[in-house]
Amino acid sequence: MRTIILFLTLSFITLNSNAQVKVYETFNEFEQEFLLPKNNDTTYIVNFWATWCIPCVKELPYFEELNTKYADKNVKVCLVSLDFPESVQSRLIPFITKKNIKSKIVLLADSKTNKWIDKVDPAWSGAIPITLFLKGKEKHFYEKNYHTTKELETDLLKLKN
Amino acid sequence: MKNLITIIILTIAISTNINAQNGYKIGDTATDFNLKGTDGKNHSMAEIENAKGYIIIFTCNHCPFSKMYEDRIIALQTKYKERGYPVIAINPNDPKANADDSFDKMVIRAKEKSFNFWYLFDDGQKIFPQYGATKTPHVFLLDKEKVVKYIGAIDDNARDAKAIDEKFLENAIEALDAGKKINPETTKAIGCSIKSL
Repeated sequence: MRTIILFLTLSFITLNSNAQVKVYETFNEFEQEFLLPKNNDTTYIVNFWATWCIPCVKELPYFEELNTKYADKNVKVCLVSLDFPESVQSRLIPFITKKNIKSKIVLLADSKTNKWIDKVDPAWSGAIPITLFLKGKEKHFYEKNYHTTKELETDLLKLKN
Repeated sequence: MKNLITIIILTIAISTNINAQNGYKIGDTATDFNLKGTDGKNHSMAEIENAKGYIIIFTCNHCPFSKMYEDRIIALQTKYKERGYPVIAINPNDPKANADDSFDKMVIRAKEKSFNFWYLFDDGQKIFPQYGATKTPHVFLLDKEKVVKYIGAIDDNARDAKAIDEKFLENAIEALDAGKKINPETTKAIGCSIKSL
């Protein structure tokens, strides 16, 4: 019963988010789409953040800048919000609108974090922000804050091409 | 000049983060501390008589995950202090990074929520790097010899206390108390990174 209520709540949120933020209820579904190796030449920069996380919010402009700079170079930025699903309308969407964020934003709502943190990367302690650089089977993981766009770009360029 | 100062500050912050990664593993003996509490007194584990273990929880004021666990931490102290496993909460954050984590704000929060456990301030951030705490909340369960027995989360659902399937910390305390093997000995949860400047 609890699961049904949760499902209905999440579906309701998704329907009302003007399709701006897709909510992933399970990690598996999210992993399929964003973390598992892909057979293409695209580089994915995946950043885990939340509106309540001050260091995360501080580094968002660097991701935005890189997203624009590399728009025609097959680099895609994806910002994975760990905000609470119930605050999508009240907090996340207004935040995106106010900051005029152009990068793709999705929300990962799977609350059983102990089951999936190691699947993102075994080195991850669970603190955010974290950033992954993914291309094909190559994966670089960083649990740190970025302080400049240059610093972020340096890590991006560490991917072997 | 301003840039130079920023670089220095960032370098220190980065090195602190690296240190924090190299903390205690299961089986290590944890350090005691002597930290100021919101009751105005300094506290250490050594002053607790007849403790069978210690529940050290790095937590703070500002972090939403810490807030979600406040009531659960109070309940843990109610349940386990009498059984010889007191909760000791430590705020590891530098208040310069977030004013909500200042000692004065800790005192206010402890009063508002009637904290029934010591809420200590890691002034100068000397203790959390030794433990290897990286986020709030971050739990270290110690036995009476201060050997680390469990590291990680309080339970498996921060957001919804009614939808908890596994009470990791309570299971660990019960196993420790019964002299049984703790399983799992480590768990992970999302948390706020510990703030250094």
